[in-house]
Amino acid sequence: MNPRQKFEWLMAGIATLLAVATVVGWILGAKVRTESGRSVIANLNTRIAAWWVMVAVFGVAYVFGKIATIVLFAVISFLSLREFITLTPTRPADHRALSVAFFVIIPVQYYLIGIEWYALFTIFIPVYAFLLLPSLSMLGQDTEQFLERTAKIQWGVFVTVFCISHAPALLLLRIPGYAGQDALLLFYLILIVQISDVLQYVFGKLFGKHPVASVVSPSKTVEGLVGGASSAIGVGCAMWWITPFSPVQAAAMASVIVLAGFLGGLVLSAVKRSMGAKDWGSMISGHGGMLDRMDSISFAAPIFFHLTRFFFAH
Amino acid sequence: MWVSYLLIGLLRLLVGAAPRFVVPLQSGVRRIFFANHSSHVDTLALWAALPRPIRDRTRPVAARDYWGKTALRRHFAVKGLNAVLIDRNRDDPSQDPLQPLTEALERGDSLILFPEGTRQAQALPGPFKSGLYRLACLFPDVELIPVYLENLHRCMPKGTLFPVPMICTVRFGAALPRLAGESKESFLERARQAVVALA
Repeated sequence: MNPRQKFEWLMAGIATLLAVATVVGWILGAKVRTESGRSVIANLNTRIAAWWVMVAVFGVAYVFGKIATIVLFAVISFLSLREFITLTPTRPADHRALSVAFFVIIPVQYYLIGIEWYALFTIFIPVYAFLLLPSLSMLGQDTEQFLERTAKIQWGVFVTVFCISHAPALLLLRIPGYAGQDALLLFYLILIVQISDVLQYVFGKLFGKHPVASVVSPSKTVEGLVGGASSAIGVGCAMWWITPFSPVQAAAMASVIVLAGFLGGLVLSAVKRSMGAKDWGSMISGHGGMLDRMDSISFAAPIFFHLTRFFFAH
Repeated sequence: MWVSYLLIGLLRLLVGAAPRFVVPLQSGVRRIFFANHSSHVDTLALWAALPRPIRDRTRPVAARDYWGKTALRRHFAVKGLNAVLIDRNRDDPSQDPLQPLTEALERGDSLILFPEGTRQAQALPGPFKSGLYRLACLFPDVELIPVYLENLHRCMPKGTLFPVPMICTVRFGAALPRLAGESKESFLERARQAVVALA
């Protein structure tokens, strides 16, 4: 199969899966009688509806190619950072630094992916941005909680821009025997992370009893994690044919993606709760904000990128 | 008007401006929306948060000394936002500065007013100027709706050139009741408290 055919099969498979989920959602919605059951199903159905939109957005970006995909992720970073900064207590002295983070750092980081300048892409934020941002805050001459403010802004930029940008950066890897198929690798990453999230939610709702980290995220359970993670790794292994990996390598990669995604979800949930919020926003109905959907990707993307680069790219 | 759609699109990307209604707004009623004022984008945010049929009949009140200064600003204010320009500094003492507002209300339009008169650096509004009281007396049947603009003081505070994108919520309260024989001072303070209560 050529990459185009693989992509078409993939989209057809996902559309079938979503169609089944949609029909099941309708049937459940008509059958369920209890009040609490009804709200769970309503939430499930809004999630499924949002899924259709998300798959459509990624499908369109794939068809329009590399630039569209990079622009899409730049917008995702922008909206995620907006949610992060909204919940972060900053002071007027940080205004310059924040403007630069949104209107200079995001475009430059994604431009570097576009021109495939790998070396600068990996150090631009940790070196240049992280020295520039506190310098700009310092110009505001406000020392009240300066270290805390600087640390929070840098962490926001790290997660929402640096980490998330590693997902489209998969497009700049040169993997022998895999030319012209990098976009499928990006699709693979997103598919595994999201399937893992969905199945953890489903297994958790069905069998969940013992919370993994009750303080940080009451909805995540051991049963959900075991059921969701093992099925997602199974899917990851079964999807080896769209990747440059063998089935065993694909299972190993999927395990790393699932584990990193799981930790990302919990860490960002802890951050969110430390700021006194339950969701990052209300942008995607049923899912909360953009960052509620991207939390797992933000941890999985850089690790998947570097493992693939180290072992498979030249 | 394409300028309106361009402005609203940019605003949604920048601050979101999602509305929250304490009481749903019916269309076909004349209103004065009054809100706290802390940034350059306040007017646009409140206007964009209104449901379309109400927005079409609602005109923001803007200072002529700022929005009338250049042709571009005037174009954005008058064509884009359908604003009513008022003379804050009373350049012509024989003219009543509220006259353009009373004319708009008489025509059946609603108004967006920032009774503090100028932008504040903090989250809660300062003392209100008397324009709102005078309009309330002249038009006893116009609904007075308090509005709180959350987070916008962080987005584009006074003296800054570039905005910081921030999710802003626009909270519309219930209409302020009229009390018979109330003094100007107590009315203005009650109106201010109605905005503070939404914060």
